[in-house]
Amino acid sequence: MAEDIFQGYKGAALETLMKYNVRVWGQGEIETTRGKFTGTVLPRAENDDDKHIVLKISTGYNIGIDVDTITDMRETGYKKAVYKIPEKEFPTTPGLPKVKLLGTGGTIASRLDYRTGAVIPAFSPGELYGAVPELATICNLTTEKLFAVFSENMGPEQYKKLAVAIGKEIENGIDGIVIGHGTDTLHHTATALSFMVQNPPVPIVLVGSQRSSDRPSSDAALNLQHATLAAGHGDIAEVMVCMFGPTSDEYGLLHRGTRVRKMHSSYRSTFRTLGDTPLAMVTTKQVTPIKQKYNHRRKDRNVAIKPYFEEKVAMVYYYPNMFPDIIDSLVDNGYRGIIIAGTGLGHVNKPLYPAIERAAKKGIAIYMTVQTLWGYVHMFVYDTGRDLMAKGIIPAANMLPEVAYIKLGWALGQTDDLEEVKRIMLTPISDEITKREPYNGYLVYQGGLPEVEDFIRRYHK
Amino acid sequence: MQKMFDPQTNYQNTRSNIGYVPLRDASQQDYDRIGFMSGLEVHQQLLTSEKLFCRCPAGVFQSDNEYDAEVIRHMRPTLSELGEYDGTALMEFRTRKEIVYKLKNVTTCTYEVDDTPPFPINREALDIAIRISLLCKLNIVGEVHITRKQYLDGSIPTGFQRTAIIGVEGELPLRHKKIRLIQLSIEEDSCREISDIGHVRVYKTDRLGMPLIETVTYPECVNPAEVEETCNYIRFLNRSTGLVRTGMGASRQDVNVSCRGGSRVEIKGVAHARWIPRLTHNEAFRQWALLAIKNILLERYAASSWTVSHTVLDKKQVKVAHIAKKDKIKKRAVAINLPGFAGILSHFLQPGKTFADELANRLKVIACIEKPNMTHSEDFESVLTDEDWMKIRSLLGSNEQDAQVVIFGPEADIKTAIETIEERCRMAFEGVPKETRKALSDGTTIFERVLPGADRMYPDTDSAPIPLSNEYIEKLSTGLPAEIIDRYHQLQTWEAPVDTYTYILKKNLVPVIEKIINDLELSPKFVTAFFGHTLKFVEGHFNRSADFRYEQIYDIFKYLKSSKLGLELARKILPVMYEHPNMDFQSVLMSINYKHCTYAEIVSRIEFLKQRFLGINTSTDPEARANWIMGQIRKLAEGNIDLRELRKALNN
Repeated sequence: MAEDIFQGYKGAALETLMKYNVRVWGQGEIETTRGKFTGTVLPRAENDDDKHIVLKISTGYNIGIDVDTITDMRETGYKKAVYKIPEKEFPTTPGLPKVKLLGTGGTIASRLDYRTGAVIPAFSPGELYGAVPELATICNLTTEKLFAVFSENMGPEQYKKLAVAIGKEIENGIDGIVIGHGTDTLHHTATALSFMVQNPPVPIVLVGSQRSSDRPSSDAALNLQHATLAAGHGDIAEVMVCMFGPTSDEYGLLHRGTRVRKMHSSYRSTFRTLGDTPLAMVTTKQVTPIKQKYNHRRKDRNVAIKPYFEEKVAMVYYYPNMFPDIIDSLVDNGYRGIIIAGTGLGHVNKPLYPAIERAAKKGIAIYMTVQTLWGYVHMFVYDTGRDLMAKGIIPAANMLPEVAYIKLGWALGQTDDLEEVKRIMLTPISDEITKREPYNGYLVYQGGLPEVEDFIRRYHK
Repeated sequence: MQKMFDPQTNYQNTRSNIGYVPLRDASQQDYDRIGFMSGLEVHQQLLTSEKLFCRCPAGVFQSDNEYDAEVIRHMRPTLSELGEYDGTALMEFRTRKEIVYKLKNVTTCTYEVDDTPPFPINREALDIAIRISLLCKLNIVGEVHITRKQYLDGSIPTGFQRTAIIGVEGELPLRHKKIRLIQLSIEEDSCREISDIGHVRVYKTDRLGMPLIETVTYPECVNPAEVEETCNYIRFLNRSTGLVRTGMGASRQDVNVSCRGGSRVEIKGVAHARWIPRLTHNEAFRQWALLAIKNILLERYAASSWTVSHTVLDKKQVKVAHIAKKDKIKKRAVAINLPGFAGILSHFLQPGKTFADELANRLKVIACIEKPNMTHSEDFESVLTDEDWMKIRSLLGSNEQDAQVVIFGPEADIKTAIETIEERCRMAFEGVPKETRKALSDGTTIFERVLPGADRMYPDTDSAPIPLSNEYIEKLSTGLPAEIIDRYHQLQTWEAPVDTYTYILKKNLVPVIEKIINDLELSPKFVTAFFGHTLKFVEGHFNRSADFRYEQIYDIFKYLKSSKLGLELARKILPVMYEHPNMDFQSVLMSINYKHCTYAEIVSRIEFLKQRFLGINTSTDPEARANWIMGQIRKLAEGNIDLRELRKALNN
């Protein structure tokens, strides 16, 4: 295929470039009604308009030129930029643990994509070593790129592939596994792996970054160091999410895969354990457990890989005045399971009752979780709850809505027997349901209160 | 007997060898001889209520110890868009600084601490930047692209400054020549530094994110005075719009200087335009001296064969007082031999500064070792004895043309320190390193950073480009103020006292002066002198009320004129209004003890006072008598009658 010499340009802008015979990466001199501009023509992001040409001027800045103002233009040179993260061979150090980094996409290390104007991930061990040389002092790292998808595009297909790949790595004697992942659905994947990879002998650590690695203040490098340390040296052999504790560059937290949730759209410290405490704190030097009970690292290679998933499961976030046709449409479209995130202790309004009854009769598994996120479903407290249970809704204790969704998909992937599904759903595998909620499992501190402000002043945020 | 080497004499000799002349004695010939070249980057905060990329208030400040929370970050170099690491970036990374941000709730949101992407650009700020670009006759871009400019010193928590070009290629008509502009950009301001000690640097985030423009000139100034004139022109132009901030830190400039054969060196953070001549003068000569050093070194060594050697000093061999102190951190002293550097370490670079100072400053910045961090064989006051130096020379196997440096500091930093010394000395073979330097109030500068290049630019993937239509630009070009050069000419036609120009332009007073002259038909010479002398005096001696506006001076004159009072009363009214701008004029007049009197009433007192003068004074000089009487009646007469009239009446 011929090289695209007008990368990203379309419409009037493309016509202008073609008319004056100026290519992308060509040095251009442009005469306009606003004066003369000189610089290198850059590719244009696909979603930007077709009325401007992007120029990198000699001071390094980019500017756009309105094509309607262009009176003349000529190419005086050509220099294509090759964007490459320096690649260095990842050194092997005897005595350090072997860690495998499985890549799924995300922004651990990334470079600019001119097509979309966004960043795309770079990944090889050499590239990673070039960007985060400290990794070589933590472990002997190998990498495998399983797929390159953005976090929001991760789904059952990828969960299953990941589980199988993890099984293989364990069998081959790896000391720890790190999974690089976009953060948006990091907790969904962590949940899926918690069910699909049971009783692993080594740590399985999912990690991402909230600020892409093309930024000097990125959390990627430190997250990766924390994750490889937890995977290679840590004693906690579970599926975990490793992300910043505070927003400061100080320490990370290891969250159990089934109790973690992304709680802020942009904060570094966005991942929090809900309804429990995190498993541990992690620095570039050590893992310090917070929870007393966890699965310890083992020498054996025994692990149960259960890569199942039924895709026809939906989650419904209830709101006042919801019409029953929402439920009906799921039923009519062949869904086999529904998770409801109900209000308060697990409620929906009365007009929904017939629809729920109809769904249950059709053999659809319906489970109730709470949109308050913290706390248990308690359907015996009010009549509403009792009515709903009578119509076939099963309370899912203190499972987080997203966790219940993944678990139901996983359960329905294994069996059609609704009783068996119920048994699977309500038998905790990895603390997705806990017997008790510790009082410090719910701490949403309120800014502005004197004691909270005092606390924030004393400890790094 | 061999003559003893005296570093002080060497300093004096090398200063005269390179032909250094003090600023006051320097002529254009001197600057032509060394090929003085300079340009400016003038930063000006814009007067908006909110910051540039978030909705925090702009212009609310906190003191160093006032904070609600702290955040810690480290900065890591990343690749530029063109796939290169930036030199500064790598240096900053080597310094391993821990950056602490002190946050105040009222001025800081999640954007300042880089925990949320930018919000759409502040349109008010963008409008102002475009207006000023139009005044600078710049070619306005068709689309504004937000770019990230890397700063790894931590002054911006993201590690980059969001900035965008508004226009390129403009020009400023100075009085005797035109200075061309490279570009004007809009950008977010950085944090203010609280401290920088060892490996910890502390900032506050109040100023962070405030909108700023940067006007960049071509390096077309050929002497220090021209640089200052250019700087003032840009500042006055910015202020003439009335849309920019004034006061401490609202306007700052970086000055680029080089000499022939030298390199572009950027002097950062020059707070006052009046510092510019001395700083640029000294920098050009510093470069000239470095070129002289290069020649001396190349005569002695080929750069490629030059190597240093070092040895860790054992306490038993040489005792370095600075590391003998009881300290929690383990410290170490290392002696380094610099072949061929005899006479270089004490070579003149700036008034009172030698080549060795360059080494000490780099140790502080790059290796994070606080001063005192070294001594050397040509120190004016070495902490080591001659005997110590003898020992060090023999340990290092030095010969006569060599110089020695002893560095001391925390053990963990010594490796970087040795590299830093070697690196800087190696650069001496090449001439002048490209760097940014910090301005000191004595007119000298110290090393701050390696000069960053275009490699640190990166498109901001978090923001969409902003198109600037022709209609939008046309709308903004209406009602622009007159050009500064025209205002100079205006002041000349008004016969304004020459010493008032700077003050009037700096404070952007031409519009109000013009209004007084035109509306009230007062003498331009009187009005300009009133602003340039009386107002300036009042500003220096009274406390300004937050409510006082310069436009109130118009009101004063209008009142005096319509009440048929003498204009000289304004001199007394102004200080009162300046402190109490909301007082009504009747009360102001009472407070200055003004009484209404007619001409006849005043003149009628003259005879009485003449008699009194005879009684108390023996002088027969009529001039003395007149002066005394004037003094007695002056208070009463002011505002009521013209004092010249009074004098006339007296002489009759």
